[in-house]
Amino acid sequence: MNARFGDPLGEGRPDNPSRREALKLGGLVVAFLWLGGGAKVLGRAVAQGPVAAGDPAFAPNAFIRVGADGSVHLVMPSIEMGQGAYTGQATLLAEEMDLGLDQIVVEHAPANRKLYANPLLGEQATGGSTTIRYCWTTMRQAGAAARTLLVNAAAAKWKVDPAQCTVARGVIRHEASGRTVGYGEVANAAAQLPVPEKVQEKDPSAFALIGKPLRRVDTAGKVDGSLQFGIDLRVPDMKIATVKACPTFGGKLVAVDDSRARQVPGFVAVLKIADAVAVVGEHFWAAKQAMEALDITWDHGPNAHYSTEQLFKDLAEASKNGTPIPGKAVGNVDGVKGKALEATYQLPLLAHATLEPQNAIVHVRPDGCDIWTGTQVPARCVDVAAKLTGLKPETIVVHNQYMGGGFGRRLFEDPVEQAVAFARQVSYPLKVVWTREEDIAHDRFRPAYYDRIAATLGDDGKPLAWTHRITSGSVLATFAPGAMAKNGMDSDAIECAADLPYEFPNVKVEWVRHDPPDGLHLGWWRGVGPVHNVFVIESFIDELAHAANKDPLAYRRDLLQKNPRALAVLNLAAEKAGWGKGSLPARVGRGVAVAAPFGSYLCVIVEAEVSPQGEVKLRRAVAAVDCGVAVNPNTVEAQIQGGLIFGWTTALYNGITLKNGTVQQHNFNDYRMMRINETPALEVHLVDSKETPGGIGETGTVMAFPALFNAVFAATGVRLRSYPIDRAALVQGAEALKAVVTQASDHGQAQEGKV
Amino acid sequence: MIVLNINGESRSVDVPDDMPLLWVLRDVIGLTGTKFGCGIAQCGACTVHLDGAAVRSCVLPVSAVGSKAVTTIEGVGASAVGKKVQQAWLDIEVVQCGYCQSGQIMSATALLAATPEPSDAEIDVAMSGNICRCGTYVRIREAIKQVATGQKVAPQTIPNVAPTASPAAAAAALLSFVRVEDMA
Amino acid sequence: MKLVRAVLALVAIVIVAAVAFTAYAWFIVRDGKETGAPQPAVAGAPASITDPIARGEYLTRAADCAACHTVPGGQPFTGGLAFKMPFGTIYSTNITADKETGIGDWSDDEFVRALHAGVRKDGQPLYPAFPYTSYTALSRDDVLAIKAYLFSLPPKHAPATPNELSFPFNQRWGLSVWNALFLKKERFQPVQGKSEAWNRGAYLATALGHCDECHTPRNAMYALKSSQALSGEVLQGWKAYNITPDKTYGIGNWSEQQLADYLSKGHAGGRGTASGPMGEVVQNSLQYLSQEDIAALVTYLREAKPQQGSAGTEVNERPALALASTANAPGAEELAQGGLGQHLFQGACAACHAWNGQGRQVEAAALLGTQAANDPEAHNLTQVILQGSTLRTMHGETSMPSFGQAYTDAEVAALGNFVLVHFGGKPATLTADEVAKRRTP
Ligand code: FES
Ligand code: FES
Repeated sequence: MNARFGDPLGEGRPDNPSRREALKLGGLVVAFLWLGGGAKVLGRAVAQGPVAAGDPAFAPNAFIRVGADGSVHLVMPSIEMGQGAYTGQATLLAEEMDLGLDQIVVEHAPANRKLYANPLLGEQATGGSTTIRYCWTTMRQAGAAARTLLVNAAAAKWKVDPAQCTVARGVIRHEASGRTVGYGEVANAAAQLPVPEKVQEKDPSAFALIGKPLRRVDTAGKVDGSLQFGIDLRVPDMKIATVKACPTFGGKLVAVDDSRARQVPGFVAVLKIADAVAVVGEHFWAAKQAMEALDITWDHGPNAHYSTEQLFKDLAEASKNGTPIPGKAVGNVDGVKGKALEATYQLPLLAHATLEPQNAIVHVRPDGCDIWTGTQVPARCVDVAAKLTGLKPETIVVHNQYMGGGFGRRLFEDPVEQAVAFARQVSYPLKVVWTREEDIAHDRFRPAYYDRIAATLGDDGKPLAWTHRITSGSVLATFAPGAMAKNGMDSDAIECAADLPYEFPNVKVEWVRHDPPDGLHLGWWRGVGPVHNVFVIESFIDELAHAANKDPLAYRRDLLQKNPRALAVLNLAAEKAGWGKGSLPARVGRGVAVAAPFGSYLCVIVEAEVSPQGEVKLRRAVAAVDCGVAVNPNTVEAQIQGGLIFGWTTALYNGITLKNGTVQQHNFNDYRMMRINETPALEVHLVDSKETPGGIGETGTVMAFPALFNAVFAATGVRLRSYPIDRAALVQGAEALKAVVTQASDHGQAQEGKV
Repeated sequence: MIVLNINGESRSVDVPDDMPLLWVLRDVIGLTGTKFGCGIAQCGACTVHLDGAAVRSCVLPVSAVGSKAVTTIEGVGASAVGKKVQQAWLDIEVVQCGYCQSGQIMSATALLAATPEPSDAEIDVAMSGNICRCGTYVRIREAIKQVATGQKVAPQTIPNVAPTASPAAAAAALLSFVRVEDMA
Repeated sequence: MKLVRAVLALVAIVIVAAVAFTAYAWFIVRDGKETGAPQPAVAGAPASITDPIARGEYLTRAADCAACHTVPGGQPFTGGLAFKMPFGTIYSTNITADKETGIGDWSDDEFVRALHAGVRKDGQPLYPAFPYTSYTALSRDDVLAIKAYLFSLPPKHAPATPNELSFPFNQRWGLSVWNALFLKKERFQPVQGKSEAWNRGAYLATALGHCDECHTPRNAMYALKSSQALSGEVLQGWKAYNITPDKTYGIGNWSEQQLADYLSKGHAGGRGTASGPMGEVVQNSLQYLSQEDIAALVTYLREAKPQQGSAGTEVNERPALALASTANAPGAEELAQGGLGQHLFQGACAACHAWNGQGRQVEAAALLGTQAANDPEAHNLTQVILQGSTLRTMHGETSMPSFGQAYTDAEVAALGNFVLVHFGGKPATLTADEVAKRRTP
C-alpha cells in the first residue's frame, strides 16, 4: 500500500517526501499533495458521506455497493474522460471480487474528498496519469476486502472454513459440498461482519481479468447516443445560456446594449458579471443569436497591447537575467573541456480543445445548489460554488458526468465558477454552454517555455556536461501554491529534465520562473511537465548525436546501458521499425525518441516525409511501451495511439498566439486538428512486464513531439526548435515555391500541375 | 410549425426557419446523441443523415430539411448497416471519450451503405471531415474494415511474447477480444 | 548648344504650362458651386418613401456609405477602414455628425461640394478612393437627404487615422490636376428613349451604387477606362467580375431571377455566392433596395455594352471531374490521383461544398458554375480560402471560416488548384509564392 495512505496530513505533505521522490511522482502529483486527504479503503466509509447507489445492503468501503438483489455498483473515484479509467478501476475491483466486468454497474463518485481523494494526488482529482498507479493497490485492496467479507458471511452461514470456498462471477461455492450462494444473498450478513485488518490481494498468476484486453465498461452508450455527457443533460425548467468573456485577458465588462438582442425569438435574459456576459435563451441557438446581436463595450484593461512576441521577449530576458532555481546538480558543468553545443528551444501556449466544449448546469436555490458537469475536480467545484453563493458546502451537490475529453482542461473549475456566478442571478437551473470560439479563447493555456540547453561532448561523442535552463510560468504556483518547494521550485517545470534516463557525469538543471501578466491563466495540459521537457531533451540528444556523427538510435543505446527498461523499449522499437534497414527515399526520414515519463518507459520511432514546399506527412510510426503490468492492454494501446495523435496534432499545427491581449485562434479552422487522412500506419508494441503499473494516458503525447521533429530533421537536415512546425523553414529552395502545387509529394519530388 | 421526420417519427416543432437542425434536435426535441463540437462544419460531431446522406446538422437550417428523412445516432441502429457499424465500434473498441463517435458512426454508416467495401482512399474521403480529439482514427479505420469484410479485424495490441507453435492460433489467442461473459 | 537651349525652352514651357494648369485645376476643384447642371429628373429613393430621414437612409444604403466608412464590427460610419492602394494606404473618415472628428459642422453646401466635387470642408481635395466621380451625378436633393440621415444618427467621437502615402501621392494638390483631367462634374441626365426602369437602374448603378468604381478597369492614372465599362477588374486582391451582358464572359446567360437573387440575396442558384467586397455590397446596400429597384438595376445591366474577356476565363458549366463525382466522393480515377488539394478538401471543405459542386446544407456552398472556380487566376477563390466569407442578410447568415491562418501558402495553393481543376475544369496555376503575395497582413 502506498506509503502516504491513511496519513494524509503527515507524510503526504509536500515538504516531507524527499526531493527525489517528489520528482518521481511528477509535478501534478506534488501539486495536489499539499491538500491532504486520502480515501479510506478498509473500514466503513459509507456513513461519512452520500453514497451513489441508493441503499445498498453491503457497502464495505466507498467504492463497492452490493445490493441484496446481487447487483454490484462500483463508485469510480477517478473520472472517465476517454482514457479508460472506469474500465481500469472496475477491472481491479472485479478481479479481486471474482466478478465479470459485465456484472458491474459503474457510477460517478459524488464530490467527497474524504472518500474519493486520489492518494497520489491527495485530492479528489483525476490527472497526472495516476489512476492505475494508485488504484493498483487501492482498488485491489478494496475488492479483496469485500470478497473476504462476503465469503466469510457465506462460510459462517454454512459453518465451513472460508478457505474452502471459491468464487466465480459473484457466486460463492463450497467446493466440498457443492453448495452455492450469490453475493446478494449474503450481502446483509456480510455487512454485519467486522472489516478485516489486512487482506491479501490475488497473486498475479491467478489474474483472470487483469492483463486481458477486456471491453470497456463505458462504450455501449457511446455508440448509440444514449450516454449523456454534461452538455447533453436537460433538467426541468432549465434555460440555456451562452457566454462571452472579455476577449482581452484581464479586461472587464463596461456596458451591454441588448436592444437588438431582445428582438431575437427565444431570447430570455442578459446576465452580467465583472468580465463576462451571458445571454439566456429558450435554446442554445436563441442564446447564440442574441449574443451576436449584443453591443458590448469592454474595458480592455492592462493587457490591451500584450502579444506573444512580448511573452517570448520577456521569457528570453528572464532566462538571461532572472534568478535560476537549482533543479539538479551533479558534478560541475563548468570548465569541462570538449566539443560544446548550445541551443534555444521555444514552445508556445497551447489550448486543450476538448471536443465537448465547456459547459455546466447550475441551479442555485436559497437552501442549496446543484451542479451538473463533467469535471476532473468535483470537490473543487463545491469549493468555488460555496465561496460564490455563501451556501454551506454540504448543500452543494456536484453531479459529475462523462466528459467529452479532458486533457487537463477539466482540472480547472473556472467554467463552473463562471456558471455559478451567472446562475445565482436567476431562479431557474441555468445551463451554460460555451461556443468553440469561447472555449479556445478562454482556455487555461499550457505555459509557453523558453529553454536554453547546452552540452559538452567528450572525444567519444558522449556528453560530459549537460546544462539545461528552463524558463516558464508556473501552473503549480497558482493551482496549488502550497505545493511549491521551499526554494521556490515548481517540480512540474523540471519533471523528466531533472531525472533524465541517461547518466551524465556533470549535470546542471535549473528553472527560472517568469509568469505571464495577471489574467492570462496557465493550466495543465496532457503530458504536463514531461511533454515540454522530453521534447527539448530528446531533440537535443538528437543534435548531439548528429554533432558526434553517430546514428541517433545507436547513440541513445550507448547512453542507456545502465537503464535496462529504457534500453529494452529502444531495442524493441528499433527492431519493429526496421531501424537502419532499407534505404529511404529523398526527404523521408526516421526519428526516434525514448523517455520514461509517468513511471512508464517508451520509445517511439516516426517516419516522416517532407514535400518540397515543406508539407510534413507522417508515413509510419512504431511505439514500444513498458508500462509495467498492463491492466488492460487494449486501453494502453488506445491511449498510446490517441496520445501520439494528440501530440502530433500540436506539433504540426497548434500554438496559441496573442495580439492585443486577445487569442488569435478561434475554432478548428485556425486551431487545426489532425484528421484520419493524415494518420500514419501506427503500431504499438507492449513489453510483457511484471513491474508495478506506470501511467499511460499522457505518455504518447509526450513522445510524439521529439520523434516527429527528429524525423523531420532526418528528412531535411533542418532542426526545428519550436512548434507548430514551421513549414516555411522546410522548403526545398525557392524554386519549390514557384512550382504549381498539386501534390503533397509522395517521393519528395515537385510535381507539375496537371490539367 | 415545421414538421420533421426523425428516425421514422413525425415531429412538429415551432422554431425559427434558420435554426440549425442540430439545436432543434438537441434543445427542442431532446435527442442529444448528436453533438455540438464547432458549429462551423469543421468537426463532424453533429453529423446526421438526410435521406441516408451524411450532413452537418450544425449548419443545416431546419427549414431546408423539408420532407427528407432525418436519421440520428439514436435511430441509426435500426438499419442493418448502422447496427453492424455500432457493433464493429464495440468490437474494435474504437471509443475513447466518445464525444465524436456519434458523428463518426453516422459518417461511417453513410459510407458503408453507399460503398459496402470502401478502399482506404474512400474511407479517407468519407471520414476526414470528422475530427476525433482523442485520436481514435486508427481504430475507426479498422472498424470500418471489419464491417466491410465481415471479418473480425484483430485489434492491434500485441503483447511482446514469444511466438507459439501455430502463428494463427497464437494470433487468435492474443488478438480476439476476450468477452467478459467468458471470463467467469 | 542649340539643342540644349531648345530642350531647356521646352522644359520651361512644360513647367509653366503645368503650373498654370495646376493653378487652374486647384481653382476649379475648390469651386464647389453647382456648375449649372440641372437637377436630375430621377430621384434615388422610391416615391413611396416620404419621410425625409427614411429617404436618406434608403439613399445612404443605396450609395453604400457604410461599406467604406465602417470597420468590420465597428461603429457604423465612424470610418477607419484601410484602403490599400498601389501607392499607399488611405483610411476612411468619420462621417457621423460629431463636430470634432466627424462632419457635424459641415454646412449643406460643404457636404454637397464634397460629393459633387470631391472637396473637403477645408477646401482640400479628397482622394478618389471616395467615389465622388460617381456621386457627382447625384441630385442635390438626394445628397442632402443622405446628410439629413447621417445627422439623425448619434454623433460618435472617432478621430481619423492618418493616411500612409508616399511622395508624390501625399501631395493633395496633385489631386486637383487629376480632377481637372478626370472629374466631370455633371448631374445624371435621363436618357431619352430608354425606359423609366432603365433610367432608374442607371442612376442606381452609376450615381448611387457606383458599380463601375469596382467593375470597370482603371488606367495608369487610376481613372476608369470607360471604353471597357463593367468588364471586370481586380482590386484589393478581389476580382470584380465582368457584369456586362456578354454571354460567354459576362452575365448574359444569367436569368432575370438569378440576377435579382444575386443582387438582393447575395446568392444565385448555379451561379455562386457574393463574397468579399461584393458580399458587403449585398449586405450593406443591395439587400435593402426595393424589388422594383433591383429589377431596374437588372434592366440597366442587361443593356450595358457587352465586353469580352480573355479566353479561358469563361465559366465551364460542365467540368468533367465534378460531373464524375457524387455528392460524397470524387470519381475513382481522380481519387486514385490523390494530391494535396484533394486531401485538404476531404477534411475541411467537402462537408459543405460536396464533391459534385452542388453544395450541402446551405445553397451558398455550391461551387459548380461559379466564377470563383473558373477564374484561372483564382483571385476570389484564394481570398475566400484565406479570409473566409460571411454573408448576413435578412434571409439569414451563411458563413465560411477562414483558413489563411492555419494553412500554409502551399496548402492554400494546392487547395485552390484542386478547386480550379475539379470545379472549373481549369488548369492549376497557383504557386505558394503567389498565395504569399495575396495574403493581407
Ligand atoms: S458541430 Fe457541426 S461540424 Fe462541428
Ligand atoms: S473519442 Fe474523444 S473525441 Fe473522439
